[in-house]
Amino acid sequence: MYLADSRTAPGVPDTAGRSPSSGRRAAVPATVLTLGTVSLVTDVSSEMVTAVLPLYLVAELGLSPLGFGLLDGIHNGVSALVRLAGGRLSDRGAGGHKAVAAAGYGLSALCKPLLLLAHSVPLIGAVLAADRTGKGLRTAPRDAMISLACDPAARGRAFGVHRAMDTAGALIGPLVAFLVLRAAAGGYDAVFTVSGCTAALGVLVLLLFVPGRTSAPGHRSAPAVRAPLRAVARRPEIRRLTACAVLLGLTTVSDSFLYLTLQRRLDLSETWFPLLPLGTAGAFLLLAVPLGAVADRFGRRRLFLCGHLALLGAYGLLTAPLGGSPALPCLALALHGSFYAATDGVLAAAAAGAVPASVRGSGLAVVQTGQAAARFACSIAFGAAWAAWGDRTALEAAAAGLAVSAAVSALLLRPSRSPKSTESTEATEDTEDTEHKESPQGTKNAKDQAR
Amino acid sequence: MNRRNRLLILLVAVLVLGGVALAATLHAAGRAAEQDRARPGDPRVARGEVTLDAPGRSVFRNMAWGPHRDEIASVPAADPSGPRTSSGVRCLRFHSAGGTGICLQAVHGGLRDGYRAVVLDARLRELRHYDLAGIPTRARVSPSGRTVAWTVFVSGDSYAGTNFSTRTSVLDLRTWTLDRNLEDYRFSLDGRPHKAVDTNVWGVTFADDTHFYATVATGGRTHLVRGDRTERTLRAVHTNVECPSLSPDGTRIAYKKRVEGASDDAPWRLYVLDLRTERETPTAERRNIDDQAVWRDGGTLVYALPGDYGSDLWTVPADGSGSPRLTMAAALAPAFTG
Repeated sequence: MYLADSRTAPGVPDTAGRSPSSGRRAAVPATVLTLGTVSLVTDVSSEMVTAVLPLYLVAELGLSPLGFGLLDGIHNGVSALVRLAGGRLSDRGAGGHKAVAAAGYGLSALCKPLLLLAHSVPLIGAVLAADRTGKGLRTAPRDAMISLACDPAARGRAFGVHRAMDTAGALIGPLVAFLVLRAAAGGYDAVFTVSGCTAALGVLVLLLFVPGRTSAPGHRSAPAVRAPLRAVARRPEIRRLTACAVLLGLTTVSDSFLYLTLQRRLDLSETWFPLLPLGTAGAFLLLAVPLGAVADRFGRRRLFLCGHLALLGAYGLLTAPLGGSPALPCLALALHGSFYAATDGVLAAAAAGAVPASVRGSGLAVVQTGQAAARFACSIAFGAAWAAWGDRTALEAAAAGLAVSAAVSALLLRPSRSPKSTESTEATEDTEDTEHKESPQGTKNAKDQAR
Repeated sequence: MNRRNRLLILLVAVLVLGGVALAATLHAAGRAAEQDRARPGDPRVARGEVTLDAPGRSVFRNMAWGPHRDEIASVPAADPSGPRTSSGVRCLRFHSAGGTGICLQAVHGGLRDGYRAVVLDARLRELRHYDLAGIPTRARVSPSGRTVAWTVFVSGDSYAGTNFSTRTSVLDLRTWTLDRNLEDYRFSLDGRPHKAVDTNVWGVTFADDTHFYATVATGGRTHLVRGDRTERTLRAVHTNVECPSLSPDGTRIAYKKRVEGASDDAPWRLYVLDLRTERETPTAERRNIDDQAVWRDGGTLVYALPGDYGSDLWTVPADGSGSPRLTMAAALAPAFTG
């Protein structure tokens, strides 16, 4: 793996020593591009299945798919636990991130051929749950690898590149599935086989081309922390960030509810409904990299907050009586996509800056789990509000909640003025809690690396 | 391992996995092509005129292999295994009454497939069509032929992927007014108004042009509701009823009942509910049924079960007597004229 290290490492020592405020753009590290490729390929595979699953259940197996939604709560709970466990496990020693991520990708890949064998709703539900477990397992270690592979000052852009590649895969997947079904009418088994092969390819790219140790050489000596989750919980930075992610997550209405509201409020034709997620994904894809770069300059936590203002704007469009112009849904989806572009990778980048490399996986897992759990709670609450008050009032309540959460988060995320962080006088508040903090000689270490 | 070897492994893997993927697709394509050719021993199907107002016919979706697969076909109701006349109109779901047909069909687009509901006159000519938001599952026409209803499965968003719901629409053919979503009707449970976001409505069966029965699911339970199009209400009248089908005399409902002790993947049995006494009678069909049954006459139910061609039609007496019998192989979604 030495060759891979030498291929991917240059970005780090090059840049770690220079002032983070300098604006020169380094190339995106090869490891980030490789992980992006793995995600792209894996998303093609999983979205192929997602796209044909309803049709497969109804048209091919003659099953009623209504039972699936009932299990979502259990799946989400399990997924949250697995995510924490995945993050924690991955912080154990060298190569832990890659090993846990590979296990997660591998588990999901194994589920694809299993779909060929499962012919009943409970079995298919179990396979999908295993697939999701794999996704939960791999997310935190993968993001940890991304954060460790790149220059801390360019993390936002690196995550943006990764998220853009990921979203591209999600957009390509349904097209591939469509082409397979076009070539072979009713060929769901072919779709699952192609999906399985694609997923296997993703795992292989990960195993072959992602270095086992993505961290910069300076982290080599970092000893494995015995209780990483507790170590994470002791850090005020990450506590505040998690609190904000949870607060804002509690007022983030789920995609499906947002699309449903959009369709009802703006009286969209039924045929447009399946296309709404494409609008969000398209905007996400286009904006992920530029907004990631903006986050690096402007401040990740600040952009994370601004992203939620975009979401607030989308809520506003859907609650205001603006009539039925076709521009409205486009604008709402563009705002929704920019919300994702300004928050998804950016939160990971901000969280990575708030925990040291030795507990990076655990730290990312804590923040992301908190956010996911909060969003799930929001789904339940929003559903109840929708039933009790109707879609408009429910969304107005969510908008009010989001405004309050954003205001509280803005207070929580103010750049801290503690004496410890005075050594970092950078323009962006994120850089104050990069690796420099891990040892008193942070800057010296970085200079050593540069040699 | 050096970089060259790793690239070599990747190349070999791409070739092998690509080969497997290609082989699977070609295999499936070959199988699909085979279904376009009739096999010896299959029901005989010939192109001809199908009408919905000629008495004594059984009209259905032909599932037999050959060029007329998935087309609406008809046979004399008295000779269900006789030669089939096929119309050239392809439908996934179909129903007919009073000389009107409703056909839920797939529309193959450039980048994705869509679905639409087509209202047909007695000679299967399109009167109007409506785009659908999801995968067709149920379709019904009122006895007079002046009101139609359909249900589709909608999957919420592509990110989570496993959240499905139903959407049921009712169309008045006299005014062409469409109630897009029966969930907008006021639903009352135990005499009290009930609002919940997890409400799903499906499986309309008409009593007349304004009154109908359907299934409403909420809170993990299903309810038989009586619906009124003028009042825009749904009133729960019985529990554990799915895919109701009203008898021609309007006194009984044939339906899928979720029975205790059955396995999760085969939970339904075919029952008949007497609307006056609320007595439930199991039919002699003991297998799992996932279909909205059709009354061939006042005493016989017709329903689909999976078969060699995808689906076969079976009959069983509605009073719980007798035994199930295969009436038509390779057929789905039957309707009986006059």
